[in-house]
This record gives sequence, C-alpha cells and structure tokens, in this order.
Amino acid sequence: MLHTQNQVRPTTDTITDTVADTVVASVESVSKSFGDTVALDDLSMQVHAGESLGLLGPNGAGKSTLISLLTGTRRADTGTVTIFGGDPTSPDSRRRLGVTPQATALPVTLRVREVFAFVGAHFGTTQEHLDELAASFDLADLLEKQCGSLSGGQQRRLMVALALVGDPELVILDEPTTGLDVESRDRLWARLRRYRDEGGTLVITSHYLAEIEALASRVLVVDHGRVIADGTVRQITEQVQLRRILLRTTAPEQQLLALPGTVSVTPESESDPHHVVLATRDADATVRALVADGIDFSDLQVHGASLEEAFLALTTHQSPAHAA
Amino acid sequence: MTVTVSPLTPLVAHTRAQVLDLIRTPIAIISTTIFPTLAFLFFVLPQGAITDNAVASLSVVAQLGVFGVMSAYLFGYGIGVAEERANPWTTYLRTLPIGPFPMTVARFLTAALASFLSLLPLVLAVALLTKAPEAFTSGELSWARIPFALAMVLIAATPFLAMGLCIGYLLSSKAAVAVAQVLNFPLAFIGGLMLPPEMFPGWLDVVSLATPARAARDIVIWALTGEQMPGSTLPVLLGWTVALTALAVWANRRDEGRRFR
Repeated sequence: MLHTQNQVRPTTDTITDTVADTVVASVESVSKSFGDTVALDDLSMQVHAGESLGLLGPNGAGKSTLISLLTGTRRADTGTVTIFGGDPTSPDSRRRLGVTPQATALPVTLRVREVFAFVGAHFGTTQEHLDELAASFDLADLLEKQCGSLSGGQQRRLMVALALVGDPELVILDEPTTGLDVESRDRLWARLRRYRDEGGTLVITSHYLAEIEALASRVLVVDHGRVIADGTVRQITEQVQLRRILLRTTAPEQQLLALPGTVSVTPESESDPHHVVLATRDADATVRALVADGIDFSDLQVHGASLEEAFLALTTHQSPAHAA
Repeated sequence: MTVTVSPLTPLVAHTRAQVLDLIRTPIAIISTTIFPTLAFLFFVLPQGAITDNAVASLSVVAQLGVFGVMSAYLFGYGIGVAEERANPWTTYLRTLPIGPFPMTVARFLTAALASFLSLLPLVLAVALLTKAPEAFTSGELSWARIPFALAMVLIAATPFLAMGLCIGYLLSSKAAVAVAQVLNFPLAFIGGLMLPPEMFPGWLDVVSLATPARAARDIVIWALTGEQMPGSTLPVLLGWTVALTALAVWANRRDEGRRFR
C-alpha cells in the first residue's frame, strides 16, 4: 500500500494499537446552537487516553464550538460532555487539562516570567518545569519581556507552552501553529511529540493538514456540526477513492483535465510548471487514456490521496458518510 | 503528579496580576484618582461657608469620596469586565481549574486599592485647604475616625462594585459605557453625593434613603463626623449588597464570553 507524501513518521494502521481503553473525554449526542445557527448537531465522539486526535473541518464546521464544550467555556444545549468522567465546567475536572485557544491574547503588561508563574499558581507547578518549558519553546531569553512587546510568533509559542504548564493528561490545542515560521513550528511539534510519547493525550485542530499528519494518530472530520469521518490518517485517505498521478508533461491543463476520472490538475511545485499532479477517481482509466491519447509524459508515479485531498473530497461532497 | 494547590494561591496570583496591570498602566489610575479632587476644587472650595466649617467640610469629603469610589467601581468594573469578557485571554482563564471566586475577589481587592488611591489626593486637598483638620486638632473628633472612615468608604461602596460587575457580565462593552453613565449621575444626585439631601423635598428624601448611594454617604459621614445616620441606612446597604452580589454571581455563572446573535 502506498503511503501519503511527506510522511515524517509512519502512521499506525489501527487505532486499537495505540489506544488504551480509558476514555479521557466523551461527547454524547451533543447539540449546540447560537441563535438560528446550528454549530453542533447531535454529535458524539470520544478521546481515549494516549491517543492524538486531529480535528479537521472547514471554517464554521463546529470545531471551535466542540473545543469550547470540552474545555468548559460553554455548555451544550442537549447531550453530555465529560472530561476525566466529570463536567468540564466544574473546575476540578479541568485540573488535568491544558488548553491553547485559537486566539492569542496575553495580558500585555505582564512579563513572560510572570505569566508562566501566574498559570503555574493554578497547578502548583515547580520552577524547574516552568524553566524546561521556557527552554523547549525558545522563550528563555524573553522571560523579562512584557507580553505586549513579543512578536506574534513568540506570543503563540507562549500560548502553547502555557497548555503544558499544569503537567496535563489531556492537552487541547486550537490551531496551535498559526502564524509560526517553519523553525518555530518544527520545534513546537517536537515538544508536542515528546508530550505524546510520554503518554499524554492530545486533541488538536488545524487548517494545516501536514500538522495533523505529523501529530495525530486519529482524525475526526467534522462538517455542519456532525462527524463525517473518523479513523487513522490512512483510513481517511483510503476512504476517499482518489489517487494522485505525478508526471512531467508539457500538455496543456485543459487536455489533462479532459482525461477520464480526473478532477483536478495542480503543479507539484512552483518552480517547475511541467511537473503536475492529477487527482483522479480512477487512476487506471486515466493512465490508459494518457497513453492512448499519445500525450508526452515522463516520471509517472501513482500515489494514494493526501490527507488534504481526502479532506477536500469529504467536505465538498454534500452527502455525509460515516467512516467504517 | 497531582499537587494540591491551596485555594488561596490562585487568588493571590490573580490579585498580583491585576495590581501589576494597574500600576503599569498609570493613566488608568490618574483619571479615576483626580476626579473627586477636581470636583472638590471647583465646586466646594469657592464656598467659604463650607470650608470655614470643619464638620461641614468633612461631610463634603465623605460625599465626594463616596462619589469617587462609586464612579471608579461602576466605570472601572462595569466597562472593564465587559471588555475583558470579549478578550480571548479571559476565555483562556476560564479553562484553568478555578471557579469564578479568585477572579472576582481579586477584582474586588484591586478595585479597593484603586479607590483607596483616589481618596488620597482628596484627603490631602481637604486637609490643606479647609478648616476640616480643626475638628481633630481641637479634640472634637478622634483621629482614629480618619482610618475608620476610609475603611468604611471602601466597605460601603461594595454594592457599586457588585453593580459594576452586573453591568460588565450582562452587557457588551459599548452598552456598559452607556448604562454606567446613566446610572452614575442620577444615583450620585439622588444619593445626596452632589447636593446635601437636607435640600431635598420630602418625597425625594424618601426615594433617596432607599438608594445604596445615600446609604453609603450616610454611613461614611457617620464614621467621619459621628453624625447620626438614619435607621434605614444599614438594612438598605446590606440589602443592596446581598441582592447585587447575588445578581453578579449569577451573571458570572451564565456568562460564556461574548455572544453574537
């Protein structure tokens, strides 16, 4: 079986390999509306101890509402939400929870060191742990700076570091690396992998699908307030009957799009416009036609769909289908 | 790995963070601090009949002090909380393992500190520019009344803190500005913080006695000068404090951050 491109680590094939039976967070038949807008529509999901769950969905799909229920900042209209078996709106349930919200907003007048100490005071965090986090997130040189003077990326790193201050068993990150440069992002991923490898449970949303592929062992695709797919990255991409055909060709885009099964034609890289990716529903038919039409091509490769293509295919098709 | 955290630790942390924020934004203190003092300089100082009379001067200080603290609570906390509620940092704080208690109490302690700072220049101006100190130097009143009255201003203004919190939790920041203004001046007037209630017609005096502003004024004047307060003062003050605090706690609990419709 072909792996998706840019795999940093091999994805595990089945959820049961990595997951203990303990349910850390549970959402049962939950609905939540804001006025006439239905944000969550009878949604159910569970997070198991030790797994890393990626939440995917287009804007307005209900991801942030789901996170606000799990972190106790909002209440469900109907249905039950629990973390560690308790109500997330009760402070005791949140003792083992760490959160990074989507929006970055720090108290501008406080220094970085003071913000660490402030959050640490809620958990009895040791100074060693705070120092380790400051170093891991490349903030050690900024401890005496006021948060208002930090760059956007520095503030974001601090927001994610704060999620780990309480030595949590469940960490929920809403778009953690938005606005980060590649180096900061890689550093942050490395620290989150360490958290995960030490047995921590992770729930992460991102518009950046490589992030989900890099960190998540399981993916939940949400759209219109419902779960439309649930499985490992591999299961999600296999569920979508899309294949990627990479080839080098000078044929015009229109001609390639006319090939049977083809749904899109995109350049593989910006530097080389003749190196293209065809997304197709029937790779066999596409390749046969490619040969039969006498189109000039070289370097042909066929791959399974990337998570991004699978995600687009799932969320642009209007019929919601639950994954196996 | 589970460390027991004393319930006081988050309270201290929140108070510390808010006080640091306050003293690092000096303009916010200055604006609330000088208001009662300016009112004294413009409206009271030109009236020799008051400034030459030690006890009358003290009553004016009490009135203006209550007015200053009431404004500080209504505006600072009404608008401050409404703005904070729309701030994502507050949403983050709500994910920490604490209830509304540490944040609310820290806000009270910080408000009390800010109000206390607003009283200092007023007390200084009155001491230097009126005959008020004679009431103490002559032995007519005990010096101990000064700290007692200062403490009483802060305690008597508690209903306004709760009122500020209600405004902040129930309204958006724009609506909070309007409502705080609509409440502040009529309350100050009816409560006798601008004109002494001795000048009120009978019916207005009855209305006045039922307001928290009047009760706060009377109890502070009693603390400072020993002038008898009406029998209604304590129950009125206590009733408003309990009712508005309950409303503030309820408003805090139902609050889920800013909602759009």
